Amino acid sequence: MEQVQLLGMWLSPYSYRVIWALQLKGIAYEYIEEDLSNKSPLLLQCNPVHKKIPVLIHSGKPICESSVILEYIEEIWPQNSLLPCDPYERAIARFWIKFADDKGPIVWKICGTRGEERQKVIEESLEMLKTIEEHGLGDKKFFGGDKISMVDIAFGGLAYWPGVIEKVLGRNLLEAHKFPRLHAWTKNFKEVPEIKENLPDFGRLLKRQT
Amino acid sequence: MGEENKVILHGVWASPFSKRVELALKLKGIPFEYVEEDLQNKSPQLLRCNPVHKKIPVLVHNGKPIAESLVILEYIDETWKNSPRLLPKDPYKRAKVRFWTSFVQQQLFDTMFTVTKTEGEAQRKAVKEVSEKLQVLEEGIKELFPNGNPCIDSQNIGLLDIVILSLLGPHKVQEEVLGIKIIDPEKTPLIFAWLTAINQLTVVKEATPPHDKLVALLKFLRENSLKSSA
Repeated sequence: MEQVQLLGMWLSPYSYRVIWALQLKGIAYEYIEEDLSNKSPLLLQCNPVHKKIPVLIHSGKPICESSVILEYIEEIWPQNSLLPCDPYERAIARFWIKFADDKGPIVWKICGTRGEERQKVIEESLEMLKTIEEHGLGDKKFFGGDKISMVDIAFGGLAYWPGVIEKVLGRNLLEAHKFPRLHAWTKNFKEVPEIKENLPDFGRLLKRQT
Repeated sequence: MGEENKVILHGVWASPFSKRVELALKLKGIPFEYVEEDLQNKSPQLLRCNPVHKKIPVLVHNGKPIAESLVILEYIDETWKNSPRLLPKDPYKRAKVRFWTSFVQQQLFDTMFTVTKTEGEAQRKAVKEVSEKLQVLEEGIKELFPNGNPCIDSQNIGLLDIVILSLLGPHKVQEEVLGIKIIDPEKTPLIFAWLTAINQLTVVKEATPPHDKLVALLKFLRENSLKSSA
């Protein structure tokens, strides 16, 4: 049997992207939690360029960068496909995955900043959420339609992190009346069984931020 | 050109991102209409086709727009399956190409912009960073060119070749304007040989503006940058 290992870290939404993809496709894998303050020789050997998680190791071959890993998983295990068949629809999906990669991380910067800088980061985050709300989701249940796809996985961190950030800030970020589509999407996303069973513990995340 | 299968590229001649798409279309022999955009006065078509970023390049195929150069390149490869294939067939090799493309895009592009747009200590720091990253790339591409000799032709040229060309293809222009060695054949012999090979392709030569025009452009952009940060 092919061996699949995932080097990950519970705090990282990029690590969870890979977990969700493997779970949705029903692929058996060994999960290895990395201590990023004491990186394993295996991690350093598998990702000498960036020394980062996640890393997927398939039959001894390492693949790095979560978006690259997601495309690899889709190509090797095509069941329960996470990308559309049509090239144009795939291009739209990849556009939004790139958006999630490039613009999504602004949200993670909120807790690490203070004062004026924090205000600026919050405003940028709200702008980013507004763009997704207006252009990305439409009136669909998920980004690709009725079924969960790679785009939802790419944005997955937005389904749980804003809740943590809101508790830390003491103010709302992803408000239902301002972002009705995105708000509904966070619920739809977290109700998918493979996602629901694979989310980091809220209390543990909150403790880490405070 | 008939309406069916009509391809339009909204681009800017000076943009490396635009150049990538132009090159991919030419390499695959795909007829297209080119629309040069004025970034100070963007066309209504561009704003309609890319409402999220309002940027070029945008490819419009059969009336449907696609934005983001790397997304466009993958779309081109999936839609027009003739040679050259921009990505290899094998999933692991595809992952390697995507990994190094991401590396060039995220690690090298911005730092190179800093090199061209700054001076003094800021520039020295950026040059050092570029040099370090080029060493990493030099090491990394050894597995892509196992015989140590990048033989690139119009049938095997791919995504990563197009991306590295868009950034460092004009390295001689960059070196002339900046007075700095960017690609040293002694420090990064493989990258140097790789860029030389790509630059020699007829399609690439024909798509590259004349040396003097590029020198003038880079000087202009650099002077503007230095003035606005002074």
